[in-house]
Amino acid sequence: MLTDITIGQFFPGGSFLHRMDARVKVILLFLFIVAIFIFDTPGGYAAMCAMTLGLGIASGVPLGMLARSIKPLWWILAFTFLIHLCSVPGEVIARAWIFEMTREGMVRGFFLCLRLVLLILLSSLLTFTTSPLALTDAIEALLRPLRSVGVPAHELAMMMTIALRFVPTLIEETDKIMKAQQSRGVDFESGNFIKRVMGMVPILVPLFISAFRRADELAMAMEARCYRGGEGRTQMKVLRVTHIDYTAIAATVIFFVVLTVLKVMGI
Amino acid sequence: MSIELKNVTYTYMRGTAFERTALKDITLTLKENSLTAIAGHTGSGKSTLVQHLNGLLHPTSGVVTVDGTDIAGKSKEAVDARRKVGMVFQYPEHQLFEETVEKDVAFGPKNMGLSSDEVTRRVKNALGFVNIDYDNYKDRSPFQMSGGQMRRVAIAGVLAMEPKYLVLDEPTAGLDPRGRDELIAGIMRFHREHNMTIILVSHSMDDIALMADRVVFMHDGRVLLDAPPTEAFFAKDAIKEAGLNQPRTVTLLNKLKEHGLDVDVASFKVDDTVKRIMSAIKRRKSC
Repeated sequence: MLTDITIGQFFPGGSFLHRMDARVKVILLFLFIVAIFIFDTPGGYAAMCAMTLGLGIASGVPLGMLARSIKPLWWILAFTFLIHLCSVPGEVIARAWIFEMTREGMVRGFFLCLRLVLLILLSSLLTFTTSPLALTDAIEALLRPLRSVGVPAHELAMMMTIALRFVPTLIEETDKIMKAQQSRGVDFESGNFIKRVMGMVPILVPLFISAFRRADELAMAMEARCYRGGEGRTQMKVLRVTHIDYTAIAATVIFFVVLTVLKVMGI
Repeated sequence: MSIELKNVTYTYMRGTAFERTALKDITLTLKENSLTAIAGHTGSGKSTLVQHLNGLLHPTSGVVTVDGTDIAGKSKEAVDARRKVGMVFQYPEHQLFEETVEKDVAFGPKNMGLSSDEVTRRVKNALGFVNIDYDNYKDRSPFQMSGGQMRRVAIAGVLAMEPKYLVLDEPTAGLDPRGRDELIAGIMRFHREHNMTIILVSHSMDDIALMADRVVFMHDGRVLLDAPPTEAFFAKDAIKEAGLNQPRTVTLLNKLKEHGLDVDVASFKVDDTVKRIMSAIKRRKSC
């Protein structure tokens, strides 16, 4: 059923990854992503994989759940691998129709897929260990310096927060309306394309009406509580950089030094 | 003929970290021509239960049959059996979408593939039953009506499909006292005149006392008690465990008795309660 979907994949826990400052996590993730593309030696990849696995275990998120975050990108991975397998020139190991598969292609494809997998896993680790609210707070804080050039940091963060807040509500609403209209004999599963599109009308109209009603009520409630933008607004949960974060930053620096040494030595 | 649930268990989000069993081994028979009330606390599983009655949810294990036909699956018999059960959700006015009242009420019958004469007949009938004047309201937008009227139009939209069984999920929630009384009167009239089997979900014991001829208490996904009202409203322990209250009439009689009035407490209908109190007062005066 529709309500069986989980949006945002925050997995509550108490690991050091959960307790880290969200801003530090975002910045470190960014550095890691850059590192994935810079340190492209086999030794570098081995170290990265070990690191990611270590972080995954330390986060307390079930590894199966973590692995499942790759699933939506399965096709892109397969496609990337095949393209490289067949298009990189080199020693031919197999032929199929007009395609020549090469050893070099296989190696290159494998590493590219590995990069993508690491990228997805590390980003998932961020969303698994950071509540959506902490994440938007972090984005707001990181965008704040750009306010002087006209980036509405607070407004963007508030919009994200509201959107995230209403995703489950609207999913529930959609589910309810769908069930109500199904009870009135709408059939979503059969018929041609036009019939199916027309079948959406009895769902979309009530859904829009309820979305507007909720938006109106929310605006009223915000105004009633004197909301007037981000100016001078304080936060209930203030982001604080603690010793955990300093340790994490230090560990990351050491890790990058090791990667650099590996790269220079050509391993 | 009846709706039967046999050992029905339902689990939400199976196989994830958020797995939750909402119904646990429920066996229940809803007899034809009865008006059964299903009462329970929020989260007791009553809404999940009624969604099984017309196949919106299929049991994780167990069977639901309507007039002897298993309603799971895609066979024609199963689909027809599901159609026998009309479902009015909580806040049904949120499902209105057409430009006019007439079109909205006609939506269900049209989906059934009926002729336009038959559709019009049913729309007129259904609107009549919920006390909305067809000629006056048919071309109005449902969104310009009051909350109580919108709800009655939405209920008419289900009635127009002329189901054999009707499920009403919290039909009086959020209505003003007058809207509530009108709606209850409408439901009772429909039940009497059409011999329609009604399954009423509610946590208002006062509403249930007014309508039901059978009461089912749900608690934590199980059936706690299944009894006629004369028994159910006086089963104090079960009512307490289900997180409900006795109807106000019963509470009043008990309070009066506690305060020394010699009154017969075995009553829950308003008229009957008044009669008993009056006779108790007369008796006291005469001594």
